[in-house]
Amino acid sequence: MSGIPHDHYEPKTGAEKWLHSRLPIVGLLYDTIMIPTPKNLNWWWIWGIVLAFCLALQIVTGIVLVMHYTPHADLAFASIEHIMRDVNGGHMLRYLHMNGASLFFVAVYIHIFRGLFYGSYKAPREITWIVGMLIYLMMMGTAFMGYVLPWGQMSFWGATVITGLFGAIPFIGEPIQTWLLGGPAVDNATLNRFFSLHYLLPFVIAALVIVHIWAFHTTGNNNPTGVDVRKGSKAEAEKDTLPFWPYFVIKDFLGLAVVLVIFWAIVGFMPNYLGHPDNYIEANPLVTPAHIVPEWYFLPFYAILRAFTSEVWVVQFASFVTGGIVDAKFFGVLAMFGAIAVMALVPWLDTSRVRSGRYRPMFKWWFALLVVDFFALMWLGAMPAEEPYASFSLIASAYWFGYFLVILPLLGVIEKPTAQPATIEEDFDAHYGKKSSAEATPAE
Amino acid sequence: MFKKLATGAAFALAMIPAASYAAGGGEQHITDYSFSFEGPFGTYDRNQLQRGLQIYTEVCAACHGLKLVPLRTLGDEGGPQLPEDQVRAYAADNFSVYDAELDEDRPAKPVDHFPENNNAGAPDLSMMAKARAGFHGPYGSGLNQLFKGMGGAEYIASLLAGYTGESKEEAGTTFYQNTAFPGGWISMAPPLSDEQVEFADGHANDVDAMAQDVAAFLMWTAEPKMMARKQAGFVGVLFLTVLSVLLYLTNKKLWAPHKGKD
Repeated sequence: MSGIPHDHYEPKTGAEKWLHSRLPIVGLLYDTIMIPTPKNLNWWWIWGIVLAFCLALQIVTGIVLVMHYTPHADLAFASIEHIMRDVNGGHMLRYLHMNGASLFFVAVYIHIFRGLFYGSYKAPREITWIVGMLIYLMMMGTAFMGYVLPWGQMSFWGATVITGLFGAIPFIGEPIQTWLLGGPAVDNATLNRFFSLHYLLPFVIAALVIVHIWAFHTTGNNNPTGVDVRKGSKAEAEKDTLPFWPYFVIKDFLGLAVVLVIFWAIVGFMPNYLGHPDNYIEANPLVTPAHIVPEWYFLPFYAILRAFTSEVWVVQFASFVTGGIVDAKFFGVLAMFGAIAVMALVPWLDTSRVRSGRYRPMFKWWFALLVVDFFALMWLGAMPAEEPYASFSLIASAYWFGYFLVILPLLGVIEKPTAQPATIEEDFDAHYGKKSSAEATPAE
Repeated sequence: MFKKLATGAAFALAMIPAASYAAGGGEQHITDYSFSFEGPFGTYDRNQLQRGLQIYTEVCAACHGLKLVPLRTLGDEGGPQLPEDQVRAYAADNFSVYDAELDEDRPAKPVDHFPENNNAGAPDLSMMAKARAGFHGPYGSGLNQLFKGMGGAEYIASLLAGYTGESKEEAGTTFYQNTAFPGGWISMAPPLSDEQVEFADGHANDVDAMAQDVAAFLMWTAEPKMMARKQAGFVGVLFLTVLSVLLYLTNKKLWAPHKGKD
């Protein structure tokens, strides 16, 4: 794989040859784990491992939690408390799972923004990017449905609001919403199907993760320079790369361990900090919470959803053009999904031939503003829908779309990139100094 | 000014029954009480939890329930930690439960939960200390909760000690002015008064002291495994820090042959 010349697995003993000629699984694992990896990868490249860890953590803790959880509208809330009080280690499992979702999203957002800065989405890695976006969408679906399972007030009302988004679709919206909920409102049927899907989707994600890895193992990793690994010969390639094991496995594990120190401190000392107190009140269809706020990781897109009210001229224009079919509510829904869609389409929106933002003097600033914009949207999503937040939300949403739809296409034309290093080796040596005896033995 | 706001809020309250559940908003005054269980190393004060249990039993239990809390956990480590025979006696003396097998009420046993009680329309208190946040903001940043904690226990104590003595009648319900309650008017009559509960050890029993004791007890009912959790947190952080250091050294040594300097 990866088109980078390197040593492949050679079965030696009779047994190995016997297996290899029937099922080359050892060779597949060997090539995967020994893939030549650009040696200049920086610390922003550790989040893939953190994400893999998160998926494993969520699946393992989740499977055990399911053994003690009861997916029924009358029993779910009490069964969570049963886990917290009666199950051995249940409180830790539950808090790990709860905060594990937050770690998952912290990691995925850093991972996505790393890709956006270093141009990891550009040819030939478009498929990796698209699959990654699919994983991200699945993650959002899984997290949303998982949040409903404790059947607290925020669970219930969050589910009501979010499924209501589908109800905003013209003509077919209401039947779709009813179909999703399994009835006219969020109830036991909703809880049961969400539980089923919350258990299913992580395995779909796991499969997509394999495709994601397969795709970038085919193209090879991107790296902070965006310059391709030399593939002329094995000797040449080895100047630019080191095998994934042990160099990057150990490095990534170091990153993971440091991240886990913080994660564990949150789980141990402030496990409810990222949650909402209202979710410790059992769901009550008759009582609406004062503020219905989604989990922090949905806030940026929630802000975009709410930004487009009927006072905004774009909304009025859309409503006029479509003869009222696209009203403010539906426009908000379109904007929210559109915000993710434009991100998914970035491989074709970015016209610059330079991959890495390092060598793009103008892009750098627009990108930095996008990061600020993302945090601003996150904050605005948690604020009440009133002035001045509504106007701020609109400006921040406009920048989100502007970045992908206007700035990126234009920058590729008007920007003059700075000089890129000729090779990855050059970049590495510039950073760490040239090694006289470059003949380090690659680990076998 | 405050009165105007409060009246307005109370009007809103009367309009929306839901608002009694509302957390946040309004002119709330939450005292940042110093509880023994705050911070990464904070632990429950066993004596305080026992006093809180006594206040709960003699006062709160008249209207409120603790349906999610098993009576046996009163004997658990990291809680009020009553001796086993006292748990048994406490359960039997204070509560009776309906037994489906006997088809009649019998005295409660440690295996039973605290009974449910919503006769007066009062909310269950099992999770109250986690279902309320005493601190918010500033400006939606969450910094106050980061530094002071979520403030559930502070909210409860502030509420119990926050009655001004004013009351009014609206739509047939009496509301009592309270500086901690969102909106400023609450339908619960002031439950505590000075020297209402006598403690065996003669501990202070003014309203402020009792409010804190029962708030601590309710923090325990909401988070009974807090001490075990912090213990696990401490051990885990320590272990992971050591692991990080070892991996740092391993990584450094591993990469050294490929790097020119350092």
